[in-house]
Parts: sequence; structure tokens; C-alpha cells
Amino acid sequence: MLEIKIQKPLKGSVGEMHLDVDLSIEEHAFVALAGPSGSGKTTLLRILAGLETAQGSIYVSRAVWQEARTVLPPQKREIGFVFQEYALFNNMSVEENLLYVSKDQKLADELLEMTHLSALKERLPTTLSGGQKQRVSLCRAMMKRPKLLLMDEPLSALDPVMRTKLQQDILNLHKTFGTTTVMVSHDPSEIYRLAERVIVLEQGKIVNDGTPKEVLLKTQGSQKFSLVGEILEIIQADVIYIAVISIGQQIVEVVLDSDEALLFQVGEQVQISTKAFSPSISKLS
Amino acid sequence: MDLMSIDYTPFLLSFKLATIVTLILFVIAMPIGWWLSQTKCRCKPFVEALTSLPIVLPPSVLGFYVLFALSYNAPIGAFFEETFGIKLVFNFTGLVIASVIYSFPFMVQPLQGGFETLNKNMLEASYIAGKSRFETLLRVALPNIKPAVLTALIVTFAHTVGEFGVVLMVGGSIPGETKVASVAIYEFVEVMDYPQAHIYSAIMLVMSFSVLLGVYLFNQRHKRRIGVQ
Repeated sequence: MLEIKIQKPLKGSVGEMHLDVDLSIEEHAFVALAGPSGSGKTTLLRILAGLETAQGSIYVSRAVWQEARTVLPPQKREIGFVFQEYALFNNMSVEENLLYVSKDQKLADELLEMTHLSALKERLPTTLSGGQKQRVSLCRAMMKRPKLLLMDEPLSALDPVMRTKLQQDILNLHKTFGTTTVMVSHDPSEIYRLAERVIVLEQGKIVNDGTPKEVLLKTQGSQKFSLVGEILEIIQADVIYIAVISIGQQIVEVVLDSDEALLFQVGEQVQISTKAFSPSISKLS
Repeated sequence: MDLMSIDYTPFLLSFKLATIVTLILFVIAMPIGWWLSQTKCRCKPFVEALTSLPIVLPPSVLGFYVLFALSYNAPIGAFFEETFGIKLVFNFTGLVIASVIYSFPFMVQPLQGGFETLNKNMLEASYIAGKSRFETLLRVALPNIKPAVLTALIVTFAHTVGEFGVVLMVGGSIPGETKVASVAIYEFVEVMDYPQAHIYSAIMLVMSFSVLLGVYLFNQRHKRRIGVQ
């Protein structure tokens, strides 16, 4: 059980705000932290790691990590941390990066095997691709057999195919090692696939907390088929207008009449819905 | 004049001085450069200004203060002479002390600059791995700023070999003790022995150039190997 009660004044991108989080997380849970950038997600993660100071308390399965007088340094907390930009030790080979954390050769071999990195263990990090680097970083984080695995947008710098592969690795490691995992993420599909709980931060406060289904599916309970997108362009074609809208990684066109065309502007976030009783679905060849 | 008949003692003295000063400074300046690169202390600008002083102060001013502080008339000089029986001026020990002060910024600044370019997350990853600041400094920070370390070592060495004013003020020109190459050249010119001055100067020029060329070649290779971050 992870119990967090933290306050910290922050200078966010939109002026001053107050990070104020009161939260408990079950052991072995996989929790996603979501919310707009500048809402305090990364700061919360860094406070958990002991990399930043804050007022309040943190207890991890009855051990005190932070209280009124005691604040454990990052060295003393049983955590693994995966940074967005990998943060590997460039002067060490892949294997040495792992062994630096702990001289457990067997565990290192096992981790490299699990993530298909064994063939690369002699290589220097600068010679690896982004996906490979992040897998090394993930393995390195597991070398302490951490109670708590913290990940700060670990996959946001990777392409979609590599993301899917790494999501599987993350899930495998989370299950194999029985860690409690907290991951900052912006990607709804990633959250849906990995997390069993989503906590949404806004302006330093928790504004939503529930299962991915409850939090992410905005059409919950209705028969509507609904997606959120951004208008890229509105084109006039004879008497009608066509809005080009980006939804996730897809571009779609929606027909508007002239009254509707006046309502919307390029760059706006919009909801596209249809009362389709049975949307047609087919496999990609 | 053949090269065998040249008295190389001043060169040897210059190199001995530069080697000792470089080693001492590496040990003293590394923690200070590390601290300066990591600290958020308000006193940082004062420390930086203080360590950079030797760059802007005329060597004669620095030499004068060092001479004054180390002489028997000042507390430090008197303490050393009375307690250990060591004289600190007009001998090699005095040269070493004066040079350590004079070359200090040339060691601190490249190291601090190197440490500042390090990815902060990489250092944090080391703390999270359970390693102390000191171990992180030795095993992660230093190996990742090899070009800066090499630059610091070489520039300090070269700068110490090349110093003149401070050495003359604090050491004088005692053959085999404080008469380093730069002082020797000055004296050749003073007595109008231009051939000797030419040879000495040419040796200094060629050596300095070779050393610097070596540093830049190494740094270029290193950047290619490890990839510019």
C-alpha cells in the first residue's frame, strides 16, 4: 500500500499553482497519471522518487519514505525510475548499465533475455535505437527489484510500432516482478492497455480517478459512437463545406452545411459522433 | 650551436612544476567544479568570481599578494617557518603554491563546464540506483566528460609552463630551483643572447602547439565515438 499526502507550490506554465495530492495506491497496482502538461504529473513522480522536496508524507507498505522530519534520499528508496529520455550511462555498455545498479549477473541475464537485448549487451548506449535504449532503461530500473516502478512518459519519444512492443515488455516486467507501477502517460490507448486505474491531474489537483473505461470512454452508457478530434482545415466545395479532422493518428473528412461551417474554427477540439446502430468493422489487410 | 650543449634544466623545472601543480589542482578543483555545477546556492556567483580572479588580475598583483602572504612577515609564512621550518618564498615550494592559485580557474572552469553539460537525469538515475554523490562523480560524471577533463589537465599544464610574472615575483630566478624556462628566456633577452632566446622560444612554441593539437585531435575523435549528445 502506497500512501501519499503531498503539497507543493509550483510555478506552472500558466502561472502559480499548488500541487495538492492525497492518494493511496494498492500494492501491485498499475496506475497511469494523466492530465494536461504542466499539471504536476512529473513533479509528483519526482517527489515519490525523492528527487524533489515537498511538504507532507509518503508511506510505502508501512515504511516511512517521508514524514515531518525524515525524508529518505533517493538512494534509500526501493524504486526503479524510467526517464522519458532514457538517461543511460553512456560510458558503460548495456550490460554494465545493469550491473552498475546491482552486481546480480543472473538477474541481468534474465532481464536482457526477457527484453530480447542479450545480443546487444556489449554495445554502448549511443549505438542503440530509441526503442532499444528505453528497453535497457527499463531493465536497469528493475535491477534493484523495486517495490515501486516510476515511469515518466517512457514511450512518448518512440514510434507507434515500437510503443506497442514496449508496452508488452512493461506489462511483462510489472507482472513478473510484482511491482507497484506508476506511469505518466498522454496516450489513451497505452493507458487503456496497461493501467487498471487512471488518475487525472489538473492544476496540481486530482480531478478524476477511476478505471480506464470510466475515465477515458466519454460515451459510456450511450449507444453513440463518439470520437474527439481537432479540425485541421475547412474546405468549401460548391454549396457544402468539408472539415478535415484529425482523430488520433487518422485523418477524416466530415461534411458540414454552411451554418455549421461558421460555427467551427480551424484548430478547435471537437467531438464527432454518430448514432450508428452497428458501425461496420473489418480487418486491415 | 648544437642542441646537446643547451642547458635543459629550466625546461625540466618548468615541467616538474607544471606536473605537480596539475595533479594538485585536479584533486582540489574537481570537487569545487562539481559543487559549482550542481549547487543552487546564492553564494555561487561569489565563489565563481573568486575562482576566476587569477584570469583578470595582472600576474604581478597576484604574485605580490602571494609573496606578501607567504613571506616571513605575514602570519602564514611565519607559521610554516616556525612550525615546520619551511620557507615558502624564493624556492620551489613557493612556486608550487603560487602556481596552484594562478592556474586554478584553468582547471575549475573546463571541469565545471563539462559537469554542467551532463544530463541531469543520468545523475539522478545513479542516485536512484543507490549510489552516493561521490561514487556518481567518479563512475558516471567524470567518464562522461573525458574531453573536458583532458582539456582541463592540458590547459592547466600548459598555462603553468607558460606563466612568467607570478613565478618571477614569488620565485625569483635561482638556477635549478626557481629559474623556469620562461624566466630563462627573459634573462637571455636581457643580456642580449638572442640565439639562446630563439632556441628556447622555438622549443616552447613547438611543444605548446603539439600539446594543444593533441588535445583537439582527441576531443574530435571522442565526440565521434561517443556521439554528440
